[in-house]
Formats: sequence, C-alpha cells, structure tokens
Amino acid sequence: MKWEVVIGLEVHVQLNTVSKIFSGASTAFGAEPNTQASAVELAFPGVLPVMNRAVVEKAIRLGLALDATINRKNVFARKNYFYPDLPKGYQISQMEQPIVEHGRLAIQVGEAEKVIRVTRAHMEEDAGKSLHEDFHGMTGIDLNRAGTPLLEVVSEPDMRSPEEAVAYARALHTLVTWLGICDGNMQEGSFRVDANVSVRPFGQAEFGTRREIKNLNSFRFLEQAIKYEIQWQIDTLEDGGRIQQATVLFDPDTGETRMMRSKEDAHDYRYFPDPDLLPVHISEAQIEAVRAAMPELPDAMKNRFVALFGVSAYDAALLTTSRATAMFFEAVASASGQGKLAANWVNGEIAARLNREGKDIAECPISAERLTGLIVRIADNTLSSKLAKQVFDALWESDLSADAIIERDGLKQVSDTGAIEKMVEEAIAANPKAVEEFRAGKEKALNALAGQVMKASKGKANPAQVQEILRNKLAG
Amino acid sequence: MINATLKELSRHLTSGEVTSVELATQYLDRIKALNPALNAFITIDGEKTLEEARAADAARAAGEAGPLTGVPLAYKDIFCQEGWKTSCGSRMLDNFVAPYSAHVVERCRAAGMVTLGRTNMDEFAMGSSNENSYYGPVKNPWDFNAIPGGSSGGSAVAVAARLAPAALGTDTGGSIRQPASHCGVTGIKPTYGTVSRYGMVAFASSLDQGGPMAQTAEDCALLLNVIAGFDSRDSTSLERAPEDYTRSLEQPLTGLKVGLPREYFAEGLSEDVAQVVQSAIDTLRQLGAEVVEVSLPNTRLSIPAYYVIAPAEASSNLSRYDGVRYGHRAAEYSDLVDMYERTRAEGFGDEVKRRILVGTYVLSHGYYDAYYLKAQKIRRLIADDFRKAFERCDVILGPVAPTAAFDIGQLADDPVQMYLSDIYTLSINLAGLPGMSVPAGFAGNGRPVGLQIVGNYFSEAKMLNVAHQFQLATDWHARRPVL
Repeated sequence: MKWEVVIGLEVHVQLNTVSKIFSGASTAFGAEPNTQASAVELAFPGVLPVMNRAVVEKAIRLGLALDATINRKNVFARKNYFYPDLPKGYQISQMEQPIVEHGRLAIQVGEAEKVIRVTRAHMEEDAGKSLHEDFHGMTGIDLNRAGTPLLEVVSEPDMRSPEEAVAYARALHTLVTWLGICDGNMQEGSFRVDANVSVRPFGQAEFGTRREIKNLNSFRFLEQAIKYEIQWQIDTLEDGGRIQQATVLFDPDTGETRMMRSKEDAHDYRYFPDPDLLPVHISEAQIEAVRAAMPELPDAMKNRFVALFGVSAYDAALLTTSRATAMFFEAVASASGQGKLAANWVNGEIAARLNREGKDIAECPISAERLTGLIVRIADNTLSSKLAKQVFDALWESDLSADAIIERDGLKQVSDTGAIEKMVEEAIAANPKAVEEFRAGKEKALNALAGQVMKASKGKANPAQVQEILRNKLAG
Repeated sequence: MINATLKELSRHLTSGEVTSVELATQYLDRIKALNPALNAFITIDGEKTLEEARAADAARAAGEAGPLTGVPLAYKDIFCQEGWKTSCGSRMLDNFVAPYSAHVVERCRAAGMVTLGRTNMDEFAMGSSNENSYYGPVKNPWDFNAIPGGSSGGSAVAVAARLAPAALGTDTGGSIRQPASHCGVTGIKPTYGTVSRYGMVAFASSLDQGGPMAQTAEDCALLLNVIAGFDSRDSTSLERAPEDYTRSLEQPLTGLKVGLPREYFAEGLSEDVAQVVQSAIDTLRQLGAEVVEVSLPNTRLSIPAYYVIAPAEASSNLSRYDGVRYGHRAAEYSDLVDMYERTRAEGFGDEVKRRILVGTYVLSHGYYDAYYLKAQKIRRLIADDFRKAFERCDVILGPVAPTAAFDIGQLADDPVQMYLSDIYTLSINLAGLPGMSVPAGFAGNGRPVGLQIVGNYFSEAKMLNVAHQFQLATDWHARRPVL
C-alpha cells in the first residue's frame, strides 16, 4: 500500500526578553542553578505575576510576519498539573484566543514552494528543569528557566514529508531570529520542536492516528525522528497493528522513538482564566507601531533577490536563511552589479568555508566590500575561476583587497592576444600528434592543446581566448 | 489606655502621655494573660514588638512621626511578614518564615505601626467559625462557648478583647464582616482592587481583599488610609488617585437613601438579628436617612456560585504547597507521587481538602461549563442586581449573618449548613463591592450582632460616614466583654 505522511509541528520559541514573563528576574542562560529564580518563580505564598509587556510586542512582531490575525483581547489561563519543576502547580498560558491566529509561512523544498498554515501562537511561561543525573537517586530542580517567556507556535498538519517538516522548522527558526525575538540557540533550548506524525493510505480523507514526538532540539534529530516514526507506523499498520495516540520521545543514541505516555494517561489540565492577571488589550496603534518597525521579511527579500538580481528561487531561499547572510549578499550584489556571481560565491565558497570553520556569517573574515573587489575582477576577466579561488584563499587569510593580492602575487589573467598567440603557436609546433587528431575530427584533442597553453602561461591565460585563438590557428 | 481607639492612641503618643514601648508592653502583657484562653494569636514575639516600638519612639524623638507612628497593630496570619512565621493557620506552613512582607505590612510598617503579633484564622481563610485552624479554635470573648466567626476570627477577637487596638483581616466571602459582627467590632472589606493582594496568601484570587478591623469606623478609615492604594506588584490593584477615607465622616445623614433588599429580610433570618437590624435602621432614619426597598433577586444563587468559584481558584492556588521548596514535607515516601499525596494529606485540614476536591471537580473536563462557567454567569447577574439597586439608593443595609454566633462544634459536622450562613456576605465579594460590619446590638443570648453596610464601588468614604454617624448616635461599638 502507498502511504501518505501527515505532519504538524508545535514549536516552543523562547523570547529574548531581558526579564521573565511575570517577574523582574533575569532570563540569561547558564547561571548557577536557582540563582535566577525570584520568589515569583519559586511560587512563594502570596506572590503575584505581573505581565512583561515586551513579550506582547515580540508576539505581535511574529504575528505580523506570519500574516496572521492579532487578537486584541488576551486572556491568560492556568494549566494545572503537578511536577517539581512547575513550582506553582500550574503553568500560565493562553487557552482561548491566543495572541496570534491564522498565520501562514512559506517554505522551499528544492525548487518547490509551499505555504504552511500556522494555527496559532500563544504566550506562556517556560517550566524549570529537572536534572536526573548526579543526584544519587534523587532529582535536582533548577528553576532558572522557569518563567522564561515562550511563544508556542502551532502549525496545521500541512506537511507531507520529513523534508517539508524540516523546511518549515528552518523557515520558522529563520523568521524568529530574523525578527530578533529569539536567539535561536537550539542547544540551549531556545527553539524546541514537537512533531505530530501520522500516516494514512493515499487518497483517504481522514487523518490517521497521530503520535507526538516531544522536545526535538536539532533539525537533524527532527528529521531522523520523523523518518523513524513514519517507518514504525507504516510497519505497525502493515503488520496488521493499530496506532494508539501517544506521546513519544526520540533517543538520538538509538535513533528510535519510544512511548512516554498513552492518551489514557493524558492530564486533565483544568484550564481556567488566571484571576491574578487582567486581560491584556492590544490597541491598533500598538500594532501599527510594531508594523512600522518591522524589518523586510525573508520571503519578501527572497522574491526581491530573484527579481532584482536574477538569482534562482533556490539560491534566493538559501541567501535568506539568515538576515545577516541576506544583507551580506545584497551588499555584494549591489556594489558589484553581479547578482548571480555574488550568489554563487556567498552560497558556495563562503558558506562552505564558514561551515568548515564552524563560523557564522557575522564572523566571516572577508567583508562584503572585499568580496565585491574579487567579484569585480572575475566579471572583468582579470581572474579566471581558478585564479579567483587562489585570490579568495588569500583574502580569507589577510586583510588585503583583491586587487592588492592580484598585484602582489602576479595573478592577473593574460588577455594579451599577441602573447597568447605566441604560446598557441608554440603548443601547435610541439604537439603535432594532437593537431593531427583534431584535424581528423577528434574535438577532445583541442583540450589537450589548450591545456599546454595554460600550462605555459602558468594558468594565467584567459581560457576563452586560448580556445578561440587555437581554433583560428588550426583552421587556418 | 487598653480601651483607647487608634485616634486616641495617636493623640496620647503625640502629646507624650505614653510612649510606644509603654503601649506595646501593656498590650503584650494583656496578650500574655488572656491569649491562652482566647487563642487569638498564633505567633507573639515580644522582643520583635519592642524593637519596633523603640524604633517608633526614636522616630518620634527625631521629629519623624506620622499620625500612627508607634500605634500597635495585629496582622492576620495570612499576610507575609519578613522574619515572622506566616502559617495561614495551616500545618502546611507551620515552618514557613516569610522572606518578604506583604504590601499592606510594608505600608503599616512605613507608617511606623508596631507589630503585636499574628492572629489566628481558619486554615487558608476557609471557614466561618475559626474552628478550622491547625492551631485550634479561637474563643469568642463574649461567650467562650461561641465561635468568634471566621476566617479572620483571631483578628476580631484581638480587637474585641482589647489584645490589640486594631488588626488587619481578609475577606473572601465575609471573613472580615462576619467575625466583626460576631465579636462586636467594626470591619470593612474595601472594593476589590483597593488593597494590594501582594504578599497576602491567596485563597480565591478574584474575591480576596484585605481590610481593617477596629473598634470604630473612624479607626477603620485611618487604617484604610494607610493600606489602600495602587501597587504595581498586583495586576488587579487599581490605579486610582489616593483618597482620604476620613474626609466625609462628619457629614450629616440628611437625605441619605438607604436601600433594604427584601431578600435579606426574608425566611432564614433569625428574629433577634432582625430586631437589631431594624432598630439600627430606625436610628439611621432618625439621623435623617430615607429608606427605600430594593431587590437583589439572585441573592440565593450567591451560595452555589461562590462555592464553585472560590474552591476552583483555591484548588489551583494551593497546588504550590507540594513539599518541594518550603513548608511541610512528609517524612517518608516511596516516590514523587507518594510524596505529594502524603505531604498534602498531612499538611492540609479537612475543610481545605474538601474545597480542593470541589474545586478540582468543577474545573474538570466535562464539568467546567456546567459549574465554573455557569457560576461566572451568575456572578454577572449578581453584580447586575447591585447595579440596579444602587440606582435607587446610596448604601444598602442588612444583616451580616442570619444568626448571632453559634456554638463551637454546633455546625462542625455540617459544612453545607455552615456555607448557608454566608448568604448575606458572599454576593458582595462576587460583585467586588465594598462591605462593612458595624456593632448594632445583641441577640437574646448576649452575643453581639452587626449591621452590614454595602456601598457602591469606591464608596468606602460614604459607608464610613454612615457608620461613624451611627456610632456617634449609639454606643454598641464601645461595649466590651467582661474578661
């Protein structure tokens, strides 16, 4: 049987506010355990939550970027359950009327574009952490993370493959870092993904039973986990089994998912409006103020790059995976007037080098200005692609401009027709066999002759010119 | 000087007739003598009290005294106070020393008032008789067989027995007014949002409100001046210009329109309470008030609505007492769930457990709409009843409770009957209105009976005016039990 995969994602996005959502305690990561938990996070008797308005502003920013509805009246609800890292015994969240509803996010899979619907994004507080290692049979509780503001972004089950799910997660990650509302650090838990996965026979209208894979903190794990889960579900069904609704965990060591709790164990969270917090009302003026301060969004920038610089949609999508990369590219493309070349270099050599050295575009040793210098010299035929790579390496290691490196290392391409003619004649004279073969119709022989010329020129002869002059001479 | 009002104490301190240390000592001695019988205080710490009194005297000597500097005050054990055990009447918090002070405590301390101690209460403010305290029942000084009312029973008794000139209480469904009525003292629950709840251990967040209990309406006004006002740490605190609650005390009552809700004088009201309230109304009429009949048709629904909403909020508010970070933790347990269960089974008393169970039930999946949402709708209907009534009158008068104080143990096994006795106070909390109790006479058995005054939102100054004029014309508030 042919199976169709259905995936929806819930992403917990930690907002990068200075203080927590309901107290003045710091949100900085990595402090000594429990040093950033105030009486509010510790849930002492009598303490009360006070809303951090910066959270609302950041939520509106995401809502606008997702082309979503921003709800004007926001009610906080209590989600009640007992757990040691949830000191109040309830999490303050939003149930009805989340701040963001009915959004959409475009993703690119290969050359294909698809729009994923975003059901909702609501504001809530993060829980603390339970530490099960190093406590000799006991559990340690660190409440530093408790009260960190989160946006839980829930998609519709619109994705049909692991690749689409990863593309959506990446696009959302790009967006929240682009908007400057999340630091995007997945190792530190700033961007955590839950994946709801089900399969159904192709053509069937209703969804299959889903299982939710919790807390995936890398795109690689997300892809591995979904792939494993899909195969497991298909195998189970094909063996005549049934899928039970459940929450599962992914084990990166085994590459498998395993059941955490079944639907029967599901909590009754007893949601009700939090009487300690008044509804937060958002005015039209507030939304307009946020809109006015919005940066150009990745999707708009991508389309603009295609239209303005003639780059492919695929390249433009790559260039807009981060705002810093997009701005770097745009600076180079505009200054050099060479959009395609700029895209090739930024997505090619630069990306590869940065990746190899584990660096971010912000740490790139070659500035946009210096890369422009290189691209200009490629475009005007001063440099062959081979020489360009040499100059690029030198740019990476030094602070010199491309021109200074070309001058210093004598890397200028020879385009002097007279000099090239002379070398061509010498090559023809020294390789009569190749000449004979070419004249007999063996096109490849021309390359051997061109290679001799390039060798003689120490790689600096303009290859196109060499080809042209060779043909003329051999024809004559 | 043990019978002096706050106003008189303030004058004596200003004139130098007495020092703060002398005053504090006098009250501490009386507490030491009478508290073993009355059980009005959970915690007394003479050293701390005297230290505060000495600081007050020093401030006065330095010319930095305000009107209440050096005046002693007792706090219901629900207000967190830095360095003091804050038990809330519960075994759960028997070992809890607050690391910070509630907003109202900060205000009183900033005004130079001296802490006499922490008063007894029904556990987590749940109860109408003060029989639900982990620290044992409080005795009514008028009759040791009678309950003092609850949940602020310790505060009411402290004032009635002159163990303190005034005390702070909290009122979620009548917990200031009903014990004030049963003990013959004056108490006011302000409009919801007037007094910050920051540092006040939560019972039902949308209903809880702190307020003063004292001998006179004038003293309540003086204390309200200290504790009322905006606090950014409580999101439900109202941002309003500060007001002087004493400003209207002396106004004559000529032309005052007094509303009598017909539902408050119907079946269920005892004969002797009806008589006391009726004679109080006659007094006010003689003072120039005009009486109109009003109707609060949804009054009877206030009991089921309250006993859904308050337990629902409480079940969630009390989840934090899990034995993990502070408070009681069971000595032995096999795993996490066992620790929770044993800790909470041992730490909470029966009434608290009953309300947690009710609250958990009404919020559960499938029951939420039928109970919680319906109760919220009733709440709006009740508020609407009052809105209509206040179109026809300035204040509403009525009884505080259907009877004078009942006997200790009389209703201990009948929680529903006890809940029904809250009929005249609950709807005021549900509507968020201010309400007060003023001593107005005695039942046939010699137990005090209070008159309830209910005002429109933010009309505390008017209510205090009515109460003050009533107290100028009567002496019920000055009667005191023989001890």
